Amino acid sequence: MTGQTLIILALLIPTTGIALIALTWWHQNLRETMTLTTAGALFYVVMLILERVLNGEQLATQAFQIVPGLDLAFKVEPLGMLFACIASGLWIVNSIYSIGYMRGNNEPRQTQFYMCFATAIASTIGIAFASNLFTLFLFYEALTLSTYPLVTHKGDDNAKAGGRVYLLILLGTSMVLLLPAIVATAVIAGTIDFTPGGILAGKTDNLTITLLLVLFMFGIGKAALMPFHRWLPAAMVAPTPVSALLHAVAVVKAGVFTIVKVIVYIFGVDALVASGNADWLLYAAGATVLLASAVALKQDNLKRRLAYSTVSQLSYVILAAAILTPISIVGAAMHIAAHAVSKITLFFAAGSIYTASHLTEVSQLDGIGRRMPWTMGAFAIGALSMIGVPPTAGFLGKWFMLTGAMDSGAWVAVAVIILSTLLNAGYFLPIIIAAFFREPGKDVKKHAHGEAPLPMVIALTTTAAGTLAMFFFPEVPLALAKLLAGV
Amino acid sequence: MIAANLPALQVVLPLFGAVLCAFLQRGILAWGVALIVSLAMPFIAAGLLIQVLDSGTISYALGGWKPPIGIEYRVDVVNAFILLLVSLIGAIIMPYAKASVEKEIPADRQAWFYAIYLLCLCGLLGMAITGDAFNIFVFMEVSSLAAYALIAMGRDRRALLAAYQYLIMGTIGATFYVIGVGLLYSMTGTLNLADMASRLGGIENSRAVLAAMAFLTVGISLKLALFPLHVWLPNAYAYAPSVATVFLAATATKVAVYLLLRYFFTVLGTVFAHKSLPIAEIVLILSLAAMFGASIVAIFQDDVKRMLAYSSVGQIGYITLGIAITNLAGLTGGIVHLFNHALIKGSLFMAIGAVFYQIGSVKLDDVAGLGKRMPITMGAFAIAGLSIIGAPGTVGFISKWYLVLGAFEKGWWWLAFLIVASSLISVVYIGRIIEVVWFRPVSAAAKRAKEPPLSMLVPTLLLVAATIYFGFDTTATAGIAGLAAELLLAGIR
Repeated sequence: MTGQTLIILALLIPTTGIALIALTWWHQNLRETMTLTTAGALFYVVMLILERVLNGEQLATQAFQIVPGLDLAFKVEPLGMLFACIASGLWIVNSIYSIGYMRGNNEPRQTQFYMCFATAIASTIGIAFASNLFTLFLFYEALTLSTYPLVTHKGDDNAKAGGRVYLLILLGTSMVLLLPAIVATAVIAGTIDFTPGGILAGKTDNLTITLLLVLFMFGIGKAALMPFHRWLPAAMVAPTPVSALLHAVAVVKAGVFTIVKVIVYIFGVDALVASGNADWLLYAAGATVLLASAVALKQDNLKRRLAYSTVSQLSYVILAAAILTPISIVGAAMHIAAHAVSKITLFFAAGSIYTASHLTEVSQLDGIGRRMPWTMGAFAIGALSMIGVPPTAGFLGKWFMLTGAMDSGAWVAVAVIILSTLLNAGYFLPIIIAAFFREPGKDVKKHAHGEAPLPMVIALTTTAAGTLAMFFFPEVPLALAKLLAGV
Repeated sequence: MIAANLPALQVVLPLFGAVLCAFLQRGILAWGVALIVSLAMPFIAAGLLIQVLDSGTISYALGGWKPPIGIEYRVDVVNAFILLLVSLIGAIIMPYAKASVEKEIPADRQAWFYAIYLLCLCGLLGMAITGDAFNIFVFMEVSSLAAYALIAMGRDRRALLAAYQYLIMGTIGATFYVIGVGLLYSMTGTLNLADMASRLGGIENSRAVLAAMAFLTVGISLKLALFPLHVWLPNAYAYAPSVATVFLAATATKVAVYLLLRYFFTVLGTVFAHKSLPIAEIVLILSLAAMFGASIVAIFQDDVKRMLAYSSVGQIGYITLGIAITNLAGLTGGIVHLFNHALIKGSLFMAIGAVFYQIGSVKLDDVAGLGKRMPITMGAFAIAGLSIIGAPGTVGFISKWYLVLGAFEKGWWWLAFLIVASSLISVVYIGRIIEVVWFRPVSAAAKRAKEPPLSMLVPTLLLVAATIYFGFDTTATAGIAGLAAELLLAGIR
């Protein structure tokens, strides 16, 4: 198969999945088979693409011109490859988990749920393989719109309010900041294609570059750089599999992915270093890391605590990219992957606790580790990875980030990373300790419950194992990250 | 033979159709005539467009009287585009009209409705095709009088008042237009637009010509509902029969915008270019006022048709903004939005017309929960809504792209941000409808609603599909709009 066919297949498979799920609404098991088959087929195709990319092959499709200067075109580059692997791999696990969760909680409108999920994955693949800013923008917006029905799935007033914040912040930032940035780039650089080395270098003055960087960084609202992070906690009204999709598989990953891609392929790392106007980004990201961690400390609702943890972890990636050394870019890419597997584990665990015991607050979790050893064991692994303790995936990203920061003398970044590691430990370790070493509270004892439904346990054990495996076998993500950074 | 007489057929066919409808008296027969005529129109318009693209401007001497003495029908790429737009909308509405008209118009008036509708179509096409200033006035009156009558046929009694309001405002507009034409005639001694343009050289700064420019601008702006001359529009759109609303919203204001383009760039191009009057600046400010003011007012409407009407006033702002930017990208954006907005608003009003057909109301409280009862119709509404927001992959994005590009190319960063910021307002009003339709419990009025008949559903879906299709394939829209913009800009160089 040619590269073009493979890329188009990767886009078509989840799109076909939407139709297949819709057509099999009348039979639950058949419908879920469709989801799983589609997810499996997509992962297979992505693996075929990965094999070629690792062999050094360039995969691209022909451009379809919308208007002059505006093309719909796809090209596989290392970071997009990594993102596609994460998204398609985790979709399988997430689907297994969704089946357990949606049935376990008797959720309504499940067909619509799976259809929107497949749409979101199709959009994610489009983002990953986009070869220019317009194509990326198209799928970026499609991702926002397709996840809106998922966020508001419950259909009550809370869901409506959460959905409003979600939609207004994500659409607002992308329409008001990102779109003008893209058009301005087109006018200044004469192209919007992602090009190694950047396209803006030497095309305009420093002030304009700074302004564009501000527009891009805040315009990519999915990366939740403060003050545009409010949509993430607001989206917590969604069912847990959706939270996993938002936090691990697709949405926030699309945000930081776009940030790294814009820095590497639009501005160009070297050009940004030379102009010296990315310093503010270091501070903005550092502040977000610390502030969000501090807020997370105070949250009693488990999912909200995880949400703020995500805000902080995303800014790690931005911080790493803003250090602007090849090794820190490797760190950014590795952290995207590491955060994906770890955070999905944490959310799976939160949803599994909710399904088995209907507990949502951290303070209610005393002693729960004894009744749900698998869930809480996985939770512990995910949490350790978020703190950055070996042997988990989270260690790798932090290692490269720290190395990069020290190499370039970015001591602010070093301080932020160390301080936030302490904060991370401060809000994750108490949960693990309480779950395993404290006596259960009296009111909890009355509701005897065991583990969550089997599909959920399988899913979260898999991702926890993945978190460990990525530490021991980091070859593939590392190879892609190095290709991206050119080291 | 037919190919040579296409310009005449474009106007004469609906005129004869109207007379035939009036004679037939039976609603269903009149519908048949209107359907045949409406379906023939796009073929004629497409034929004209192809001729223009192949061999340049067509000049057709009506009745064999040579211009500039006789009336000339003059088709270039600008008005060929408008003719195609109006004809296409007319054709897609007719299949939809049957069920809707049977429901909303008393049986004894249905034939009249179709007769007047065809007269209105004839007037609009005539305004677009003719190259004679006074002939434009005649067709303007034909289409306007027909439009007043169409609006007055609305089931709601307030429709009469709305029609009356429109009649007063429209007549003022037409009068201003005639005064402007009179002044130009006194200065140039001709009514032929092309001839007039060539004779204005050297006298473009005379007071009479400047006064003519002012009168024409105000008169035409009333017709196209440029903010703040839009006050007739919300009531007219809200209370007119659904079919009339779809038709007028998608075509009438667009043809008036065409007139503005024609006068600003072709006829009075030298005046516009000399900047002795700050026309571009005035249009810029009024466009911005429309984009923000009218869109914000739209948020607070409790009647979906009124909300969409205010949205139209705001969207017209984007079209005229393209005129104010006055560079290739900006003007292309304005002209392509003329087409795109017709598709979008046509779809939205058709979907809402289907709702009215089913539940007899378009109050926000009554459409609550309809997403569960009419998922296809409301889904179509939501997609067209995305298009008005300007989501990428829809026609709305193409317009926005060109306008923002035009603003940046001019170095007007502030304008680029105002354009995108104003489109965020449409997220709010469309979002408000979406929330009511999907998150509120089903209202009493919507309890027994179901999808409309296929004759209404299929045209709606076709038009919605077009808002997506032309978001990707823009050769026929932005491509031709670009050619039109080039031609118009040549007039002010």
